[in-house]
Amino acid sequence: MSSMLKKAAVVSIPTVRQALLRSNPLLANALLAKRAYNSKGGVEMTVRDALNSALEEEMTADEKVYLMGEEVGQYNGAYKVSKGLLDKFGPKRVIDTPITESGFCGLAVGSAFAGLKPVCEFMTWNFAMQAIDQIVNSAAKTHYMSGGNVDCPITFRGPNGAAAGVAAQHSQCFAAWYGSVPGLKVVSPWNSEDAKGLLKAAIRDPNPVVVLENELMYGVSFPMSEAALSKDFVIEIGKAKIEKEGTDVTIVAHSRSVGFALEAAYLLEKEGICKAEVINLRSIRPLDVDTIIKSVKKTNRLVTVEGGWPQYGVGSEICAQIMESEAFDHLDAPVVRVTGADVPTPYANNLEAYAFPDTEVIARVVKRTLHKQIGAK
Amino acid sequence: MDTDGKVLDPSLEPDVTEEFATKIYKDMLTLNVMDLILYEAQRQGRISFYMTNAGEEAYIGSAAALELEDEIFGQYREAGTLLYRGFTLDQFMNQCYSNDMDLGKGRQMPVHYGSKAHHFQTISSPLATQLPQASGAAYAIKRSGKKNCVMCYFGEGAASEGDFHAALNIAATTSAPVIFFCRNNGFAISTPASEQYKGDGIASRGVGYGMHTIRVDGNDVWAVYKATQEARKIAVEKHKPVLIEAMTYRKEVEDWKRHDNPMVRMRKWLESKGWWDEARENAHKSEQRTAVLKSFAAAEKRKKPMVSEMFNDVYDKLTPNLVEQKKELEELIKKYPEHYDTSNYAQEK
Repeated sequence: MSSMLKKAAVVSIPTVRQALLRSNPLLANALLAKRAYNSKGGVEMTVRDALNSALEEEMTADEKVYLMGEEVGQYNGAYKVSKGLLDKFGPKRVIDTPITESGFCGLAVGSAFAGLKPVCEFMTWNFAMQAIDQIVNSAAKTHYMSGGNVDCPITFRGPNGAAAGVAAQHSQCFAAWYGSVPGLKVVSPWNSEDAKGLLKAAIRDPNPVVVLENELMYGVSFPMSEAALSKDFVIEIGKAKIEKEGTDVTIVAHSRSVGFALEAAYLLEKEGICKAEVINLRSIRPLDVDTIIKSVKKTNRLVTVEGGWPQYGVGSEICAQIMESEAFDHLDAPVVRVTGADVPTPYANNLEAYAFPDTEVIARVVKRTLHKQIGAK
Repeated sequence: MDTDGKVLDPSLEPDVTEEFATKIYKDMLTLNVMDLILYEAQRQGRISFYMTNAGEEAYIGSAAALELEDEIFGQYREAGTLLYRGFTLDQFMNQCYSNDMDLGKGRQMPVHYGSKAHHFQTISSPLATQLPQASGAAYAIKRSGKKNCVMCYFGEGAASEGDFHAALNIAATTSAPVIFFCRNNGFAISTPASEQYKGDGIASRGVGYGMHTIRVDGNDVWAVYKATQEARKIAVEKHKPVLIEAMTYRKEVEDWKRHDNPMVRMRKWLESKGWWDEARENAHKSEQRTAVLKSFAAAEKRKKPMVSEMFNDVYDKLTPNLVEQKKELEELIKKYPEHYDTSNYAQEK
């Protein structure tokens, strides 16, 4: 990856985000309306600060935890997630690396084999493709292939999914890629509580964990419950969260799409069309299919939402698992996937907006699903 | 040493005991015996894969220069370092036969050894991935304050992978106590070095990354020993990575077999000290041959690991889907014993 591209990505974000907010009132609404959807609490925190506090708390609690990546130290992180950590923990535990993903990722994996607990930051998950052999073939499989003799307690993290205005090579979701690998755990937080609780769980987990954050969510504030502010707060990996209860249709989403799904659900409820149940997956692997099955048995309808591509995606996997479960007999309509468009992400602002699901699209699909009936003429 | 086993510079005459020197040579011989038998077993289809060490036995000299707690990251032709550290013939054979005594629980191809007790990281098939990992293990050692280093072996072919460059750079910039030991035998599987690189071997690259670098005669046990000893000092005391390129010149194989062979040179050196002779040579070879064959036959007869092992170690604990799969398999085996013969697998504990 060229450093030019990385720098460009870093500096362009605030302007692009503002432009996007101006051009996309729905997104602005989603960001403004967020208070309605979260744990009640007096304190607000951005996703960025939640991640920062997770890192700080775990590094304080365990000397073996260290952070490594490009620009994580002096520069405080390309997205300022590691702000203040170098000052607090010093260069031995907050390490700026050369621009060599396979090198520092390989180093992190090796140090995990040797007993440390690295947090390996990729400036974005796009760059991790340079190091995917280390993640998939070494980190994920060595515990198994060494007969359980070698542990790899490592956290890989960084922004995933479409950002804004950074074109095809920097706008894609890797949930389906890493979610297919036995030996990896994969989490995908949406709000600040998710971000803090899941990152802390990932760092404490003795297995390699992939944390798929979202750049567009870093600056968004969410309320934090009293419990979530505690240094003991962790979210169990492998459990989904019902963000909103409903009776007529289940919407399953992860990461940024959860916000759109919630907004669509509230919109439809306000219009008196339906009461949708919204499930925030939180974990991609293990996948909490039980929570989805239970919900579908109640609502009889299912819509999945994700920013990734449709083919072999997270939604595809959910469809397959629902087909194979007892929930299949409870479906009144075929399951529908709402996904990113099956194209390399367009650079043009207007086309980019069309390439990913938003509130309006989700609401439209849900409405359509409500009118369908399996077996009806 | 020259081809007659004479140390050219008397000031570098190794200051070692008879026991120490003969152990190195005996391990080289044992490695040869084991290679012959297992290579033959692979050709007969009794094991699926094998990699020999022939011609590169002098690397055992590098193992002799290390401490037991120095971590070794190997490629796949470094069984001799494990042998030197006391990994038993039974342990080698059990791994090659993937039986219930295999430390790796039968999950890897033959020669993918690994042993925590011997500080030998489990071999991983993808080429060169061990290089940046070795830098990482070295970084962990440096942080722990232990007076140890990491030894990372690889071939000159692997040095064409991106991971090689990434590893050297990251080791240099993090000042990691790691020795990168390149076995340059002139061939990557079948590609000659002349088609592998155009520069001056691998050593020149170490200089480029700002690392201490030494090129050494890889057919000379004592040269390899001495170079590793010095490299270890730099790695452990100064916390700096070192690159060693050991040349094993395998191009004119016939000529090399007669004159430049590491076995011949070491044997001649030992004989000049009066520590070795024909009788001892034959006795050790035949003793080891018997021992290898005995281990080999025993390993071949042993049962495969427990059926339940196929679910373990994917994660630290079984995840819900694995629990479910395991339960389903147990029920199937119980229900249809005629289709699921488990008599060849170790008893469940």
